[in-house]
Amino acid sequence: METAANTSEIDQGLKSELQKKGIVVTAIQDLYNWGRRSSIWPLQFGLACCAIEMIATACARYDMDRFGAGLFRASPRQADLMIVAGTVTKKMAPQVVRLYNQMPEPKYCITMGACSISGGPFKDGYNVLRGIDRYIPVDVHLPGCPPRPEALLHGLMKLQEKIDSQVIEKTEWYQKGLKREFPVPEFGPNGLNPPYNPEVFTPGQQRPITV
Amino acid sequence: MKSPEDIYHDLEAKFPGAGITREGNAIVVPKEKWAETAVFLKENPEYALDYLSCVTGVDYKEYLECVYHLYSLQKKTGLVTIKVRTDRQKSELPSVTPIWRSAEFQEREAYDLVGIHFQGHPDLRRILMWDGFQHHPLRKDYVQENQDRPPGEF
Repeated sequence: METAANTSEIDQGLKSELQKKGIVVTAIQDLYNWGRRSSIWPLQFGLACCAIEMIATACARYDMDRFGAGLFRASPRQADLMIVAGTVTKKMAPQVVRLYNQMPEPKYCITMGACSISGGPFKDGYNVLRGIDRYIPVDVHLPGCPPRPEALLHGLMKLQEKIDSQVIEKTEWYQKGLKREFPVPEFGPNGLNPPYNPEVFTPGQQRPITV
Repeated sequence: MKSPEDIYHDLEAKFPGAGITREGNAIVVPKEKWAETAVFLKENPEYALDYLSCVTGVDYKEYLECVYHLYSLQKKTGLVTIKVRTDRQKSELPSVTPIWRSAEFQEREAYDLVGIHFQGHPDLRRILMWDGFQHHPLRKDYVQENQDRPPGEF
């Protein structure tokens, strides 16, 4: 994932000088992104064993709420982040894509664990999708089987970096005529049809590993 | 408790010349006699095998096989293993759902993944794969889809 550093046009020296005197200077964009990255509400769903680690991350010991991402929403309409935690079977894939479509913009996706990245140990199975990034764009790929809670927190921080680097005027969800609907795959005679969405996925292409 | 060997001898005495054989601890019953044998095993108070814990479909390339694991909750005995074989092309077996209700979903699974058609099953549908799926994925000759094929092809 490429993220640019959060460049601000305010002189850093002046900013810290004023801060010492109790005056906080910020740009609208910094404030806006600070707000967005500090309250990422994930969608509450889990597909397999990675979900157990996700639950552990949300619980007291690791406490994902420290990062503002502890409020798991049961409705996609209220969620900002989709953590695909677990094996995506071919039978489940259309529902996962549909849930992602139902989330309001701006929305983000973390694939958690080997299975949701590539199919993992079940890659050659007849029933497992080789990675959810075949159908929806993924912001953070989080390897592990399952990833430790620390890894999920690290992935979340990477996502926060990405959110921080976005420029309000250029973000695609504020552009005119944005229609981001990802086609929901259908059940075919031997698997899902189409096997991937060519807009977001090219077979054989190296996928960026983030964490 | 009656050993599997005793049960085998009892079955042979009950159905002489039916072709019931043994394979290790399992009893191999020809499919024509399976429905009768199943009722006998359940109803006979000497065995009272009233609990069918597992139905498994297996593909041996030359034939398909169904393995039944039976216990008796009444007498606290078990396990009795029964194997029934069927042809690969015309894979039909009598359903034991009317005898042991627990067979219903497991027979559906064996039908879905191995492709054994259970005659007399009340609701023989796919249980794991979707309805439009056309193959039986745990058969040895199943060819998987290529997930990297260009969209539009099957």
